[in-house]
Amino acid sequence: MGIIKTENLVFEYIRRDEDGNVEGINRAVDEVTLDIKQGDFIAILGHNGSGKSTLAKHMNAILSPTEGTIWVDGRDTREESELWDIRHTAGMVFQNPDNQIIGQVVEEDVGFGPENMGIPTAEIWERVNESLRAVGMYEFRKYSPNKLSGGQKQRVSIAGVLAMHPKCIVLDEPTAMLDPNGRKEVVRAVRALNDVENVTVILITHYMEEIIHANKVFVMDEGKIAMEGTPKEIFSQVEKLKALRLDAPQATLLAYELQQRGIALPSGILSINELVEEIMKYQRTHR
Amino acid sequence: MLRDITLGQYYQTESVIHRLDPRVKLSGTVIFIISLFLFDNFWGYLCAAVLLGTVIGLSRVPFKFMIKGMRSIMLLLMFTVIFNLFLTPGEVVVSFWKLQITKEGILVAVQMIIRLSMLIIGSSIMTLTTTPNNLTDGMEKGMRPLKLLRVPVHEIAMMMSIALRFIPILLEETDKIMKAQIARGADFESGNIFKKAKAMVPLLVPLFISAFRRANDLAMAMEARCYRGGEGRTKMKPLIYKKRDILAYLLLFTYLAGSITVGRILF
Repeated sequence: MGIIKTENLVFEYIRRDEDGNVEGINRAVDEVTLDIKQGDFIAILGHNGSGKSTLAKHMNAILSPTEGTIWVDGRDTREESELWDIRHTAGMVFQNPDNQIIGQVVEEDVGFGPENMGIPTAEIWERVNESLRAVGMYEFRKYSPNKLSGGQKQRVSIAGVLAMHPKCIVLDEPTAMLDPNGRKEVVRAVRALNDVENVTVILITHYMEEIIHANKVFVMDEGKIAMEGTPKEIFSQVEKLKALRLDAPQATLLAYELQQRGIALPSGILSINELVEEIMKYQRTHR
Repeated sequence: MLRDITLGQYYQTESVIHRLDPRVKLSGTVIFIISLFLFDNFWGYLCAAVLLGTVIGLSRVPFKFMIKGMRSIMLLLMFTVIFNLFLTPGEVVVSFWKLQITKEGILVAVQMIIRLSMLIIGSSIMTLTTTPNNLTDGMEKGMRPLKLLRVPVHEIAMMMSIALRFIPILLEETDKIMKAQIARGADFESGNIFKKAKAMVPLLVPLFISAFRRANDLAMAMEARCYRGGEGRTKMKPLIYKKRDILAYLLLFTYLAGSITVGRILF
């Protein structure tokens, strides 16, 4: 069993009218079954309302499944007694950087998680310094979070989760509120965590550029997993992505359009460099 | 910019007073204020003035910052002085029309001026030399005995520090909403006070909604980071009494005992 495993996971939001009668049921997650290996970099993709955030909240036991089961590191999230172990096994970073920083000084915020876990003071400091270095925010440790940019705040949030020594970090659209530079900063920090610290990363996003580095991509639609595979496999199916209201990266799209016009390029080109190389190769062979 | 506002009135510098444990400063301020109201002659106030002078000197905070706090209570001070001056019965010194100034009245008024100004300066030394953060920490630990009376000490301290963290964020948001509403033709400037108050509604409603949304998000983020109240929590920056803190306590009690002897018993 992997670090996170779900079986026929279902979650329903129940809308009620003023008297508490059930008005309608919204199935946000519908029969999702997946298995995530320790050390993987997973991306979950989907347009707004596809259920990806709801799924993410299950991984941290913030939401509890309506039907089916989810295991985090072998623990069933419905077990009340396992709750806190689950929460520091699978850390969570949210979308809005302002609404998840608790401390008034960067280092104090990073120390918040370990404080809650009852870690001794000396070790808290070790963990804080180490986590801040891992995301490249060590020089800012004495700053007030209000003086940081969005990307920096999000890196502080990641450090805050990292200080709890999780096996897995779930990032719920961490870059949605950032500018392109902030997005790059955060994605770089997340990749480093996965490469260097071997933390399992589950990145939820709707930016295609961010999933290129993932080992595996899940595409969600209407609460179901619509596609599953490596980024290359996913992006070679441009038609299907379009049907799911998702855009492939520009290089992939261009390659796709060229293919349509009869230029024989391989499918699943992800980066501009790759595209340039393939076009050059094509030119040499077709002169 | 709004981002740069400093909360409270902390004055950043290096001094012994700055480095003292916040609990010492809190209890010191309380003891000082209580002592001010115990004296019944001017020798006691002299003792208090000596202590205050020493602490001001040690704190290295310019005196004008302490006077700043006085301005806000000037009106209150004037009222107390005037009422005490004219309404205290006793030996008449000056009288005109229906008003009389009595000897007792003058004494009480002078005492009031001394008491209130020392009180303000004394407590502003505390806020000038302690960061808000440090202060909430001190309150949490200092008020721990109140837990026996089921006072949620940790929760109060946590609320205060979260409030402090969100004040600048909400101020910025107010600014944003205000600009957005002005762009839509809202008028916050003209009209009488009632009109102005009414004009605040389109500002306050979105602000409240967003504050609640933020609170919701924050609560979720705190839970996701294993927050479950004060039980079993360790501290990253625990408050531990050092030698200078114990020394300061000793000085405080010497002052309390000494000044009461001088101010109440001896003379």
